[in-house]
Amino acid sequence: LLPALTPSHPQGINVYVGKHRSALVRAGGSLAGLQARLREVAQVMSFTASSIAAALSDRVPDAQLSPDARRNLKSSLGYEITFSLLNPDPKSHTVDWDIEGAVNRYVKPVLDKLSLVANFSVDSQILYYAVLGVTPRYDKESSSFILSAHSLPHVINPVEARLGSSAASLYPVLNFLLYVPERSHSPLYIQDKDGAPVSTNAFHSPRWGGIMVYNVEAPAAPQASLPLHVDVDMARVMEVFLAQLRLLFGLSREEVPPEFLLESPGNEGLADWELDHLLWAHTVENIATVSTTLTSLAQLLDKIGNIVIKDDVASEVYQAVASVQSAVTQLSLGHLHAAFQASKEAVTSSERAFFDPSLLHLLYFPDDQ
Amino acid sequence: GPGRADAGRERRDALREELLLSPLPTGDVAATFQFRTRWDADLQRGAVSHYRLFPKALGRLVAALGVRELHLALTQGFWRTRYWGQPPLQAPAGAELWVWFQPTVTDVDKAWKELSNILSGIFCASLNFIDSTNTVTPTASFKPLGLANGTDHHLLRYAVLPREVVCTENLTPWKKLLPCGSKAGLAVLLKAERLFHSSYHSQAVHIRPICRDASCLAVSWELRQTLTVVFDFFSSGQGKKDWSLFKMFSRTLTDTCPLASQSKVYVDISPKNKENELLEVSPPPTSVHEAIVQGDKKTYAVYDLLSPSLFNTSRSLNVQLKWKRPQDSSEMPIPTLHAQRYVGGYGLQTGEICTLIYNTHPYRAFPVILLETVPWYLRLYVHTLTIITKGKENKPSYIHYQPAQDRRRPHLLEMLIQLPANSVTKITIQFERALLKWTEYPPDPNHGFYVGSSVLSALVPSVTAMKDMDVEQSPLFTSLFPSSDGSSYFVRLYTEPLLVNLPTPDFSMPYNVICLTCTVVAVCYGSFYNLLTRTFHVEEPSRGGLAKRLANVIRKFRGVPPL
Repeated sequence: LLPALTPSHPQGINVYVGKHRSALVRAGGSLAGLQARLREVAQVMSFTASSIAAALSDRVPDAQLSPDARRNLKSSLGYEITFSLLNPDPKSHTVDWDIEGAVNRYVKPVLDKLSLVANFSVDSQILYYAVLGVTPRYDKESSSFILSAHSLPHVINPVEARLGSSAASLYPVLNFLLYVPERSHSPLYIQDKDGAPVSTNAFHSPRWGGIMVYNVEAPAAPQASLPLHVDVDMARVMEVFLAQLRLLFGLSREEVPPEFLLESPGNEGLADWELDHLLWAHTVENIATVSTTLTSLAQLLDKIGNIVIKDDVASEVYQAVASVQSAVTQLSLGHLHAAFQASKEAVTSSERAFFDPSLLHLLYFPDDQ
Repeated sequence: GPGRADAGRERRDALREELLLSPLPTGDVAATFQFRTRWDADLQRGAVSHYRLFPKALGRLVAALGVRELHLALTQGFWRTRYWGQPPLQAPAGAELWVWFQPTVTDVDKAWKELSNILSGIFCASLNFIDSTNTVTPTASFKPLGLANGTDHHLLRYAVLPREVVCTENLTPWKKLLPCGSKAGLAVLLKAERLFHSSYHSQAVHIRPICRDASCLAVSWELRQTLTVVFDFFSSGQGKKDWSLFKMFSRTLTDTCPLASQSKVYVDISPKNKENELLEVSPPPTSVHEAIVQGDKKTYAVYDLLSPSLFNTSRSLNVQLKWKRPQDSSEMPIPTLHAQRYVGGYGLQTGEICTLIYNTHPYRAFPVILLETVPWYLRLYVHTLTIITKGKENKPSYIHYQPAQDRRRPHLLEMLIQLPANSVTKITIQFERALLKWTEYPPDPNHGFYVGSSVLSALVPSVTAMKDMDVEQSPLFTSLFPSSDGSSYFVRLYTEPLLVNLPTPDFSMPYNVICLTCTVVAVCYGSFYNLLTRTFHVEEPSRGGLAKRLANVIRKFRGVPPL
């Protein structure tokens, strides 16, 4: 807490949240105002009622959830991130991007910090003749092409057919696409709901990934030889993609009160308290998933008497229950990392028990034999 | 036209596309496409990989499962070697998959199962039916075609599914793997409605490691996608021997793929006899290429799609082939090595598999490796194996036989047989048909059970000396017609698949039994019960109840006689 008269901070900012785990609060006025301010700090840095409901979204009936509840990525043991460059017009543009360097310089520090949460793997590809499913509208005033906000949901499906499935692994995939519009549709801008062009020219879809449109300037001489050579500015592109990554994971807060100033986390992409919040949310979600799985298994056994539970399946169930209990106790003690590990083990054990093929071996065996 | 603006840039991958049109002796025409992507990178396990021309789906598969070489072919139809000549690249009917794994893979069977399941998803083919009952480990055939550091044959797996059908839904994912898709370059000709209206259709994917340069210090990966189709003279050609790209594919070539560094069309215009040419091509080709292919000197007219002069006169290229004079049917050349296989015997208990191998070379003898994979339900008796050439017994110099285990493993028979010059070799082996359990029959059991094609691999000596061709200069010819030294060329032939009937139970019997039993019970029991319990009573006629008296009153009023 600081006394009210410190001139070193700009006016109008009363709370400064640091990048590790501390915050500076300016004290001024009454104790009640201070209490309200402290509550706001706790809500920003830690959890609110709606974020608890969002983490437990599996177990909470739909009516109690806010509409933003299911936006963040589901907790998983690993994620695959794929960067794709879409070039629908290779005759006019030869696009090159130094994706390997950009991944090492910008993306790797963030993923290293997030490696506590899950395993990440990154790859990239270039797709040619891949078009967006929507024809953009020509706007005479700005002499450019416009993609309006209500046509954006139709863009993703046709593109997804070309992206390819990740056949070799079971983790969910996050796709980040960079689209270089065709020469006949350049420049292309994305418009938000109010009709203003979006400054970053990008949008993201929760639980799927993000798309950014990269406009190429028309050449100065109209007779320049085709194809034009384009070198993508990876810094600009990676800024947008990393911001979208934060939004997909739910790290960025949308409702920060106006008096707050958050310190920029720098190269690592996220502050320590944000990482703690993510770990906490994933732990709670894992515990909810495990309890749903084991409850379903118990209900199934009540209904169908023929299911055989072998010894190894039983030991997995016991292990899952023990891990969940240890995760809950660790959470109440505040040991976040241990709780997260325990919850991960609980999820693995419960999935292995529920999906074991030996459960169905004697399912259709007649009762009288 | 489009310029090569990236000429100054160092690229680590390159795409070459080629099309070979060869008219066949019977008036049909064969078209072979080859799309070759070469990537100067090493696909390691776990390393981050950034793909450009090489498709990500296959690259991740190779890296994750430790695959060294992968060959997958899906074929519909049969190449008639006797009438069409030696095939450029043959594949057996159905689906064939053979894979060499890296020595670092510890559990090859597990990796094989995962690989076949993932490929089944990528190509929409039922390759997930590949399991231990149709997988074998050949010891002598199927040596690696790429770089190899020692060949432990336990890292090789081979499986063939003869019943697999190829259709449009297999062609679409195959086309999706090409960098330009089917939007530009030679792939615009690949339209399903014409490609499947043909006598023979075969599409294949081959992945292998190759030397990066002559010193072979580094490894590059090569992906070859090939498609061979034979258009029938009668159904597609409408009885006329004039072929053109438009007539075959209902499309013409309009532009090149901007990502291809080479894009060529070759037309086989070799004269059949020495005097004059048989075939006239229009528009005039950009160049003429001569090569010795499979022991014959052949001439090819080459259209280089990247040369600017080609699209000057017209926007599209429609290669037309016209026959200058009618062809005699007596001019059909006979291939040096061809084979036939059939099932002999009668009844549903025993039978015999006969393979006939013809060596028509006038004075040279050469050995051939025969690989037979027979399913476990045809129990082979190896003591009845006889090989007869020119009336005398011919003992093979190498035999590898692995007997089958019921429901677990098929029979594997590999032999190295010396074929004398100008001879016919007959190989026969007897088998007994097994009785399967009633749940093991497929949905249409009276169709029969397929036995996969047998494979013949040989180095056929050629009449004319061949010179080594550089892989980079003409990748099509080195891959279609490989030759390690100038005096012989490598041929792999497949025989016909066999269709064998097993003793099949009558599946309508449960229904018949139920009907008969119910009828007998109903008739017998019913009449017996009737006989035993039916008694006769005398019944007094009753005076009639109230309803009858009321009805009589009404009838009296109407004047009708009473009841």
